[in-house]
Amino acid sequence: MRDVAVIGIGCTKFGEHWERSFRDLFVEAGAIALEDAQMSGEKIDAMYVGNMSAGRFIEQEHIGALIADYAGVATRHITATRVEAACASGGLAFRQAVIAVASGMEDIVVAAGVEKMTDVEPGASTDALTGAADREWEGFVGATFPGLYAMIATDYMHKYKMTREQLAQVAVKNHYNGARNPIAQFPSEITLDTVMKSTMVAAPLRLFDCSPITDGAAAVIVAPLDRAKEFTDTPIKVLATAQASDSIALHDRRDISTLDASVAAGQRAFKMAKLTNKDIDMVEVHDCFSIAEICAIEDLGFCKKGTAGKFTADGETALGGKIPVNTSGGLKACGHPVGATGIKQVCEIVTQLRGDAGKRQVDGAKIGMTHNVGGTGATVAVHILGRL
Amino acid sequence: MTVARFWRKIPQRYNLIGTKCETCGRHFFPPRTFCPDCRRTGKIVDHKFAGFGTVVTYSVIQTEPDQFASPGPYVLAIIRLDEGPQMTSQVVCDPKDAKIGMRVRAVFRKIATDGESGIIHYGTKFVPVE
Ligand SMILES: [Zn+2]
Repeated sequence: MRDVAVIGIGCTKFGEHWERSFRDLFVEAGAIALEDAQMSGEKIDAMYVGNMSAGRFIEQEHIGALIADYAGVATRHITATRVEAACASGGLAFRQAVIAVASGMEDIVVAAGVEKMTDVEPGASTDALTGAADREWEGFVGATFPGLYAMIATDYMHKYKMTREQLAQVAVKNHYNGARNPIAQFPSEITLDTVMKSTMVAAPLRLFDCSPITDGAAAVIVAPLDRAKEFTDTPIKVLATAQASDSIALHDRRDISTLDASVAAGQRAFKMAKLTNKDIDMVEVHDCFSIAEICAIEDLGFCKKGTAGKFTADGETALGGKIPVNTSGGLKACGHPVGATGIKQVCEIVTQLRGDAGKRQVDGAKIGMTHNVGGTGATVAVHILGRL
Repeated sequence: MTVARFWRKIPQRYNLIGTKCETCGRHFFPPRTFCPDCRRTGKIVDHKFAGFGTVVTYSVIQTEPDQFASPGPYVLAIIRLDEGPQMTSQVVCDPKDAKIGMRVRAVFRKIATDGESGIIHYGTKFVPVE
């Protein structure tokens, strides 16, 4: 297998883009990434596009071809493939791009992610998201997505005695980081009170425990490491790519508040990179709900099971802490256009490794990690990236 | 949801009929037609569950009209059936009384009204065991 590097990144602003279409969003992200790699679209050999539910959100399928077309590369008949794994679609698209280059089948490959969620009523978007879980045996009996993660939170708090305030600190920290990220949907700091007094959505989770409905797109360009210097002075090496699966329904898991797929993908990634969690300078984890970040940092080994609440409240996951988590603001504050999230995580880590993260920069960042979850943990993608 | 899509699940949804692997004795609800433990040597037969179980975890789903349209509040729970498997359902009780470890039994209830067709869907919910 060949070594692979990220040579370009691009992200739209995340938010509610009433004035812009699905096509506008991914074209913008792709153009930023090409500009970043100082490259024209003619060099692209293949595209992998992460998208969860364009069929439900904009009644459009066949997203691979659509994107190649509007990116202006369809006349060259390049390989264009949509990748779907609910909220992990972006992470899997990146992994497919890395595999394509590593295998030698393709050279210059775009991994993109896009979701346009605000063209339907909020009820319809929430219902579409329920398709990431088990529609027949969870969705049909009244399980909303916040409800499923709330059941994880109830189980976790019962077992490990984490306080509601400790859980809220996840959102407070992510908003602090989001306030320092120009693309964030909510670039504003909040207090513990903001979370604790927000509307109850699915007890014990409140509105500020939940990631929002977001429009956005992100794109990265990968190439063989030995060709990366043609395009950039700061190629970022892909040190590991890993993916794992688990039961589609939460009720079939070995342990309700451990995502075994996160544990498996994390261990595989560390093994592939020949690294441990101590080598990681910062990590983007999938905080679709505050409790998801608590589980993630434990499942990836950054702290012991049952201690993530205290770890977070003590500031260990904040900028300047032991392991800064979600410097982008995470899904909570940066926003969660589901198919784009896994790609945005890669963009954030690359930005950190290049030293371009401005007010949210992790000093001396050398190695970073991304963790992207589909559903309640039925798919997990983990990547490790490093500065050369 | 089409009528056929719901109709073909009626035995399972109304009467808690799942499956069982005769090779290893493992019970499945929701039903599976393939035993993950025995694979090709598994022999799957229908199994009617007794309908008693214990709440493993739960949430109280609230009405949140802006972002999360739901007919709340109601108690959503994962229930471990006495035969072994776990399923997601609702517990019909005062949300304040819901707790981990509470004993429940299955009852036949209305689950939802389909917005477009107006068809009422029935299925299994749970009530506390007195
Ligand atoms: Zn068996």
